[in-house]
Amino acid sequence: MSEPETMASALNRAHFEIMEASDEVVVYGEDVAANGGVFRITEGLLEEFGEQRVLDTPLAEAGIVGTAVGMASFGLQPIVEVQFSGFIYPAMDQIVSHLSRMRNRSRGNYTCPVVIRAPYTGGIKAPEHHSESPEAMFCHVPGIKVVTPASPSDARNLLHAAVEDPDPVLFLEPKEIYRSVKESLPESPESIKLGDARRVRGGDDLTIVSWGAMLRMVDRFLKEEAPDLSVDLIDLRTLDPLDRNTVVESVKETGRALVVQEAPRTCGLASEVVSLINEKAFLNLEAPVNRVTGFDTVMPLAKMEDLYRPGPVRLRNAIEETLEF
Amino acid sequence: MLDTYRCDDGPFQLCSPDGSLRRDDLAFDLTEEFLARVYRLLLYNRKIDRRAINLQRQGRLGTYAPCQGQEACQIGLVEALEDDDPLFPTYRETAALITRGVPLEKIYQYWSGDERGSRWSRDLNVYPISVPVGSQGLHGVGASFALEYQGETQLSVVFLGDGATSEGDMLEAMNFAGVWETPVLFFCQNNQWAISVPREKQTASETLARKAEAFGFEGVRVDGNDPLATYQLIRDLRSHCLEKSEPVFVEALTYRLGDHTTSDDADRYRSADELEEWRKKDPIHRTKKLLQSEFGWDDRRDEELDDKLERRIDDAVDDFENLPDQDPASMFDYLYETRPSVLDDQYETLRDEVNDE
Repeated sequence: MSEPETMASALNRAHFEIMEASDEVVVYGEDVAANGGVFRITEGLLEEFGEQRVLDTPLAEAGIVGTAVGMASFGLQPIVEVQFSGFIYPAMDQIVSHLSRMRNRSRGNYTCPVVIRAPYTGGIKAPEHHSESPEAMFCHVPGIKVVTPASPSDARNLLHAAVEDPDPVLFLEPKEIYRSVKESLPESPESIKLGDARRVRGGDDLTIVSWGAMLRMVDRFLKEEAPDLSVDLIDLRTLDPLDRNTVVESVKETGRALVVQEAPRTCGLASEVVSLINEKAFLNLEAPVNRVTGFDTVMPLAKMEDLYRPGPVRLRNAIEETLEF
Repeated sequence: MLDTYRCDDGPFQLCSPDGSLRRDDLAFDLTEEFLARVYRLLLYNRKIDRRAINLQRQGRLGTYAPCQGQEACQIGLVEALEDDDPLFPTYRETAALITRGVPLEKIYQYWSGDERGSRWSRDLNVYPISVPVGSQGLHGVGASFALEYQGETQLSVVFLGDGATSEGDMLEAMNFAGVWETPVLFFCQNNQWAISVPREKQTASETLARKAEAFGFEGVRVDGNDPLATYQLIRDLRSHCLEKSEPVFVEALTYRLGDHTTSDDADRYRSADELEEWRKKDPIHRTKKLLQSEFGWDDRRDEELDDKLERRIDDAVDDFENLPDQDPASMFDYLYETRPSVLDDQYETLRDEVNDE
């Protein structure tokens, strides 16, 4: 076991491990080489692996993702960084029209094992477009998987799993917790499968489903403000495809469920989880499945950011509502 | 080497519309065998196109994007490339695909609305057809990076039209290719019209080829209705790009003689006079003239060729129309390498619906 390290450090370590293991992996994006990434996730890679494998690209997100489609179709495994998920939209056409479809279009002839990394969510008082939670847009797209870690060890292991996956993966990094959580990591990464959720704590009063930075918020709230509450807390980790069994089995035991997301409410991933529970565990429910979410507003700038994001107050109210129904 | 082609007085040409040859500029051994092959490919592709339109009118094909008028540059291009140079086509590259060896039944199958029509042997080095205009240039650039990384010497060929030079993704592709200095040929068929929008409304740039300059590489123009000029140019550019490891842009001036697709009516936006002017520059006409003057081509051989090519097309139509239907569940089979269990319910729903019918 190492000294406790942050998620940022674990992600950096995973890059070294992955690039060490395979020459086919190349890492590129804006400011990832000489500067090591604006969040330093790719720090040191250029020095270790050279400029043929670690590249600073022109400032063009469609170009970054589009070239990755071609590289992956011709034998490489690109890990590309989009500097903030708020700047991913120029690449949306490449993601939706090509990256996610190439296997299907060519009936398996060409495949795209590409990992797109992008920091997302709020919590760091950043300027406009630096704090949104757009995961649901990508979960809606067939052919691409969506992953987000909530702990340093998951960050490392999920990045390994994403690179090993034969299909494209959007790897969303909750930047609020890049450096706020520390964990000791074993010498080697542990193998985990994309599509498997993680039970963070067991309990039988209530199921709470969350992911990314919100998962940490919920976990902290339960520890600090509701230590007597017995909550089955599930970290989805892979947002698409969903680990339906873990969610449904939990709700069948607890009979009450709450989904917590930072994204706006309408058509968010939480709505999908609610539908799932309705379809598969309706007769076990003691209360309507509840959602704690951001508002259907534009993500406010720094000063009102905390008013938008779900926090202890919104969470406490929802928990009480669900338990007292 | 590019000096020959960097002419300010118009696009490079070897064979004029009346079939006369500019012998001074000819830099390869023009044999009867070669010219006859080009002529046969021109005729074959014109027939393939006409048949596709007929099949569409009969309800046997879906929407089809005719390629007639543009065959010469596509054939000249592919003839000049090596078989392992990957092609990144859009939807109006039938002649290029046929010249490379994509089976005709696959092409008809694709336009009939069957995904299997996009899967052909990887040995053909032809990427699947990309529909969103200008979006696949980046794939060609990424491929060229990968090939160079793996120590291969191949030229990636990106197809685009005049309209695609306005698309951001294509400009990003040219920019990446320039910065990465990888061997990519941007092969722009300026067919004068992007559906109903004429070339002059597409860009204020004097030529499309000039756009390359901004990205740090050469852009040259060629008469795209002249298969010989295109062949010679591409042959030389191929060596140039691979030797120098750099991209190049070619603007082939040509004309879409057909409608944008079978759902379009080009009479709504362009004049009969303009069409007539371009018909005079038809590549088939000039190639036949040249065959006659250089090699004494006998008209009777046309009839023979006609029959042979029509029969070959009949066979391809039979082949694709007699294929068994796709397994409906195949829509789930190629989303991911392994179907995630979350899709099991939907997969079963489809199975049940098909069985109930």
